[in-house]
Amino acid sequence: MKKIEAVIQPFKLEEVKEALKAIGVDGMTVTEVRGHGRQKGHKEVYRGQEYQVDLLPKVKVEMVVASGRADEVINAVAAAAKTGKIGDGKIFVYEVAEAIRIRNEERGETAL
Amino acid sequence: MKRILSMLSLSLAGAAHIFAQAAATPPSPTAALEAGVKAAQSSADNAWMLVSCALVLMMTGPGLALFYGGLVRRKNILGTMMQSFILMAIATVLWALIGYSLSFGEGNPFIGDLRYLFLAGVGGDPNATYAATIPHQTFMTFQMMFAIITPALITGAFAERMKFSAMLLFTVLWSLVVYYPLAHMVWGNNGYLNAFLGGKVPCLDFAGGTVVHISSGVSALVCAIVMGKRKGYPNEPMKPHSLVLSFIGACLLWVGWFGFNAGSALGAGSLATSAFVATHFAAAAAACGWLLAEWMMQGKPSVLGGISGAVAGLVAITPASGFVKPMPALVIGLLAGILCFYMVVKVKNMLGYDDSLDAFGVHGAGGTLGAILTGVFATKDINPAFKDAAGVPLPVGLLEGNGGQVVNQLIGVAIAWGIAAVLTFVILKIVGAVTGGLRVSPEEETEGLDLSQHGEEGYNLDA
Repeated sequence: MKKIEAVIQPFKLEEVKEALKAIGVDGMTVTEVRGHGRQKGHKEVYRGQEYQVDLLPKVKVEMVVASGRADEVINAVAAAAKTGKIGDGKIFVYEVAEAIRIRNEERGETAL
Repeated sequence: MKRILSMLSLSLAGAAHIFAQAAATPPSPTAALEAGVKAAQSSADNAWMLVSCALVLMMTGPGLALFYGGLVRRKNILGTMMQSFILMAIATVLWALIGYSLSFGEGNPFIGDLRYLFLAGVGGDPNATYAATIPHQTFMTFQMMFAIITPALITGAFAERMKFSAMLLFTVLWSLVVYYPLAHMVWGNNGYLNAFLGGKVPCLDFAGGTVVHISSGVSALVCAIVMGKRKGYPNEPMKPHSLVLSFIGACLLWVGWFGFNAGSALGAGSLATSAFVATHFAAAAAACGWLLAEWMMQGKPSVLGGISGAVAGLVAITPASGFVKPMPALVIGLLAGILCFYMVVKVKNMLGYDDSLDAFGVHGAGGTLGAILTGVFATKDINPAFKDAAGVPLPVGLLEGNGGQVVNQLIGVAIAWGIAAVLTFVILKIVGAVTGGLRVSPEEETEGLDLSQHGEEGYNLDA
């Protein structure tokens, strides 16, 4: 199993969700986060007082899928989240040791 | 039925009464007409003045409370709004007990006497010295609204860090030793600076450039310096938490200012209209001035800049509003917008004091500029303030050939600056000693005034 963690532009969330639904990914966890990569923040000025805002609003989408489907999911997320401009975000992939469905204690890929 | 009967008997009795009077002294038709005209004018003037009273109160709450409240961080919104609101209560009580008397009792040139203590003798009959066509009580109420907003303006300087108890004691003492004497000197009968009621130095201040804005603005500067900076200033971000609230507040201030300035005509005549027009024009030009300066120097015209500019223009036109024509009002506004931008954005940062919400940069600077320009642009066409022995209007402002008026204005400005600066410093020292420090503790400051001073939060978004 692989965990796929995508940090994306907030306004791309709907498109990413649609793309995942289209390829049959059922579960995900979405968090509103703040951060930046190579993208620089922006400057705000209030009565001459300047503030450099580095941490920008982003959305983190996390899902765990069967190893065989990882590439398909990654491609779907990347295609949906892409604008081609700096700040589009990143996708990280992790190995997952185990998954347990709390309701009936199913384990492994059947628990996904 | 019973009611109709009693009304009928009342009116019959009234008719009999009138009949009896008529029989005793036949009224001359002109006297009756004059009385009718007088009553009609009094009603008209009183209607406008009562509306003005309400408008000026609206400037403090919610106007100023929202304007300042939006500029602080989220954890201090209630504490900041409370500092304006509590003055609607405290300054009112103080005014009723002693404030009105100390301000408008005849007294000496510097402070009123106790003739109106507990509002004795302040009733429905006009006080002809101050306003001959409205009830004395209306005049007292109108002036009270100014005594409320003036200390509230100062709170912008010590926002986010003053102890509530210290703030209360400070504003009470400040009203007693700064506001009431200054109001008496400029507007009170026999006041030292009163241009209309026998003052030594005739300083023109239509609606409070010296009394309200210089006094509060300069006191604000002293507060900011004596109390020190907010914890973390200027390195930690202290962004305004809601410019939406500030925007609503500033627009309420703009509207309320029509009561403040046009109401200072103390009647509903053409002088009120003239002051209304001048007020509006100055606010508009000042918004343009600040935005233009900001756009040119910082690249973007901001909403906060626009509303700050409008307030600066309203401040500057306050002393001049009942003396100048529309075009000078535009000039005064434009200059105020640019000057106050410079004061707030450049001078404050250069000197390094933390006048958190720019009470000095806007009210102190704008008020001073307005007071001086009043002496330049005042004209007898709008307000024949000075007359010769034969009653012919004399030149008023510099542009009319009365250069000495600028000197008079400068004396008024200097006195207001001096009183405000020295006495605010003394009061702060006393209050600090009595309340065990003017500031909340560092922990309380981090926690915010809402929780530490009032035990509640402005935004319970999870509730």
